Formats: sequence, structure tokens, C-alpha cells
Amino acid sequence: MGTADVEAVWRIESARIVAALTRFTGDFGLAEDAAQEAVAEALVSWPLASPANPAGWLMATARRRAIDAIRRRTALRDRYALLATDPAVDEDIDPDRIDDDVLALMFVSCHPVLSPEARVALTLRVVGGLSSEQIARAFLAPVPTVQARITRAKKTIAAAGVPFELPPAGERRERLGGVLSVLYVIFTEGSTATSGDRLLRPDVAYEAIRLTRTLAALQPDEPEVHGLLALCELTAARFPARTGPDGSPILLEDQDRRLWDFSAIRRGLAALAKASTRGLGPYGLQAAIAAAHASAPSVEATDWDRIVVLYEALGRLAPSPVVELNRAVAVAMATGPAQALAIVDELIASGRLPGSHLAPTVRGELLARLGRRPEAVAEFEMAARLCANQREREVLLRKAAQCVR
Amino acid sequence: MPKYMLIMRGTDESNAAMMASIEEGIARTRLFIEEMMKAGVLLGAEGLDDPGQGVVVDFSGEAPVVTDGPYGETKELFGGFFLLDVASKQEAVEWAKRVPATPGSKIEIRRVPGEDEVPQDSTVQP
Repeated sequence: MGTADVEAVWRIESARIVAALTRFTGDFGLAEDAAQEAVAEALVSWPLASPANPAGWLMATARRRAIDAIRRRTALRDRYALLATDPAVDEDIDPDRIDDDVLALMFVSCHPVLSPEARVALTLRVVGGLSSEQIARAFLAPVPTVQARITRAKKTIAAAGVPFELPPAGERRERLGGVLSVLYVIFTEGSTATSGDRLLRPDVAYEAIRLTRTLAALQPDEPEVHGLLALCELTAARFPARTGPDGSPILLEDQDRRLWDFSAIRRGLAALAKASTRGLGPYGLQAAIAAAHASAPSVEATDWDRIVVLYEALGRLAPSPVVELNRAVAVAMATGPAQALAIVDELIASGRLPGSHLAPTVRGELLARLGRRPEAVAEFEMAARLCANQREREVLLRKAAQCVR
Repeated sequence: MPKYMLIMRGTDESNAAMMASIEEGIARTRLFIEEMMKAGVLLGAEGLDDPGQGVVVDFSGEAPVVTDGPYGETKELFGGFFLLDVASKQEAVEWAKRVPATPGSKIEIRRVPGEDEVPQDSTVQP
């Protein structure tokens, strides 16, 4: 077995192993270290001799490393003595408990005591089974930075005494929202890279979708989990049409809709139906907007009135300047650019989007549609200066040039 | 991301063995499907009915010819599939090893190209 085979088994097993070991040792940091030691050993020994049961091998080795680590900690000697007599030590993963343990692992990785960057790194590492190198590549960060982030995160969790358990009922909904926002951050990093020279990083977006599917399977009665899954599937469905052969972005209105992934759209619509059982939350509403686009044969045939209504609802539920800006774009399509410009001007005057390229981008579009070309050029040029993604910047400069012609 | 199809290929013998303990087979398959769902990799799964109930449309001649029954003299019969969304072929293989398949049967693993890999028109790309 080669490295890729070890990685494949690890991706499938890592969350279950770390979860079971955390339950077994009561120490999340130790469990994660032991699991990492096991996979490092597998990388060395499997190419020489493949184990008959790779998953069992990983679990047994990780458990041995955990016991070694506990044994080394003299202060925990009593606890080790306790563990050594615990009959659970030699048992396999308990299938009835492992689902709750994997879920608990997600809640710990996304715990509010951690910085947002740490939550993302830890979730990808312990739940997604990604290596520090893979996480660093995904977020265009140096490997030592990611490693330090994970080490610090584990220390923070230990220092804060975060228990390894499902949050109490009263906090469950809010903490679940925290997990969803981490998954959403990972997805958006893949679907609109905030920096770098590529617009899309589908492998990063894929990790988010995979983890959201896991969460949906473990929490089937939570509509917003299905809402986020629907949003991810419907957005990812457009990936094949979103970039040209040279990697340049293609705007929604210019996309070849035949390239959309219709099985992903079907999965997204199915998830949206599950999200709609008790009225839509913020993710469900965004998914409904994505669904309105996904079911339209063209920009002209899109139900823009419905999209305006959905953005209004989203603005009431989760007010944000970006939602307001998107509402303006929908109003421009449904009613006309003049009404939309009034919304954007009000937004800019309120100073709620400082330093973002989004407001001048939309303002430029609206001004161009109103025939106010010199003003539009100035807006596009300002947007290009503010935009950190090289591919998007090129599009903005092209738009500015088109207005001059 | 690459998708892979796990194509179940049974033989007359393995299909007969499967039918002999069908209840247990269904229960184990259900558990396996649940496991794949919790891992976030399952996109679809279907099992096919008895090949004897099938119909074959043959395009060898000028007009399609329809015959009842299974396809040709094949030793291995396509019995169903799992469609997976995984990071690598190795991961698809790893899942295939875990399928509660009947002894004697085989699983063929084939990659499913993405939308962006399928040629959209006849224009020759430079």
C-alpha cells in the first residue's frame, strides 16, 4: 500500500478514531496527537506490509500511542491505572456512540473559545482528516502557521476545560450555528477564493460539502443544516460554468447553463425541500435564491421578483451590507437600475462596506446601465484597486475599458 | 471532484447465494449505505431486479431488435451500483472493499467525468 492508500483509509477513519480516542482518554489534544502518530507510522509500515484490516490497525495503533502518552505523564498515573482496568480499552468502536462522538468532535473543533482561523484549521484536520500541508494549500497559508494554529487551538481547548460532549439542549441551536458558519467559511473560500490567482478552489469547497453532508446525516432534524447543504450543492453546481479555459471568471449572465451540474442541482433542491419544513433560516433563504437561479433557463427568464422577496427576508433575518447589495442587484433586474442605485447609494452613505470592492463594482454596473459612463469607469477602477483576487480584478478592468469604448 | 461508480458484478452462483440470505444482505447493505452517508460521500445507490426480468434492445441490424431476458451469455451480471463523491480513486477502492458483497461477486470501479470534462459541441479545441 502506498501513501495515497494510507491517505484514503485515513480520510474515512480519522474523525471516528479521534472521536473514539477522545472519549477513551478524555483528552482531545492527546487523542489527536496519538491519531497523528498512528497515521505517520502507517505511512512508514504499510508500504512494506499491508495490514489485513487497515482501519483496525490505525485504531489499535492510535490507542497504543495514547496509552504510551498517558503512561509518560506521571501526574496522570492514577488515571492510567484506572484506564488499564477499564474493560472498554479492548473493545472496538461502539457504533451507537460513535455518531454522537463524531458530532461532539465537530462541536469541539468549532468551539467559540477558538479564533475563527483555528476553528477552520481544526475542523479540516480532525473531522476532515486533512494534513497541515493540505490545509495550508487550501488557505494559501504557510505550513508552520497552520501547525502552530492547530497546536495553539488544542492548548486553548485544554486550558478552557472544554468538555467532550454534545452541548446542552439550551445551547445546542446556537452552537450548531457556530459549526455551520465554520463549514460555510470553508465553502466560500473554495467557491470565491478571497486571494490568490485562482477564482475557484473546488477541492476546498468539496471538503465543506462533504463535512456538511456528514452533519446532515448526524443531525437530520435541523433544517438549517439542510439549508447550508442545499446552498453549497446549488452553488457548486455552477462551478463548471464559472471559469473559462484560461481560469478567468464568467459572470452568471454569460454562463453556458448547459455546463451546470444537474445532479448537484437535484441534490441541492432535495436538501432545500428538507430545509423548508419549518420556514427557512438564513442558509435556507440563500439556498432558495440559488435555487431560483438554478431553475431558470436564462438571466432574462429568472424570477427576479421572487429573488427580491427572498433577499428582503434574508435582510430581516440576518441583516448585512452584502445582502443589501445583492438585494440592489436583484431590484435592478426586477425593476430597473435607478431604484437599485438608490439602495446602493444609501448603503455607501451609511459607511457599512468600507474598503470592499463589492459596492463600487455594483455601482459601476448600475451606472453603466444608466448610460453614465465616466462615473461607471471611475467606480470599476476603484473596485479593481480594492479587489484582492487577481482574476476578478482583470474582469473589473475589462469592464472599465468597455465603458470607455 | 471526481466521482466514482462502484459497479456490482455478480455471477449466477453469487446471486443465488445472495438470494438465500436476502434479509441479512439487505440489513447489511442498509448499514453500509448509512455509513457512507455519514462520511458525506454517497451520491446515489440502486440495485437492479432479476436479470431474467430484463429486456435487451439490440442495434446489430438495421432496426433495433427487442428480446426478453438477460443480456447475452455474460458470466458476470450487472446488479447495481453505488455512486460516490470521493477525493481519490484509492478512497473509492477503500469503500469498495467495505461493501457487504457476496463471495464470488466482483466490484468494478469506474471514474465518472465531471460536467466540465464532457465535450459540449463538435468544435475542435486548439
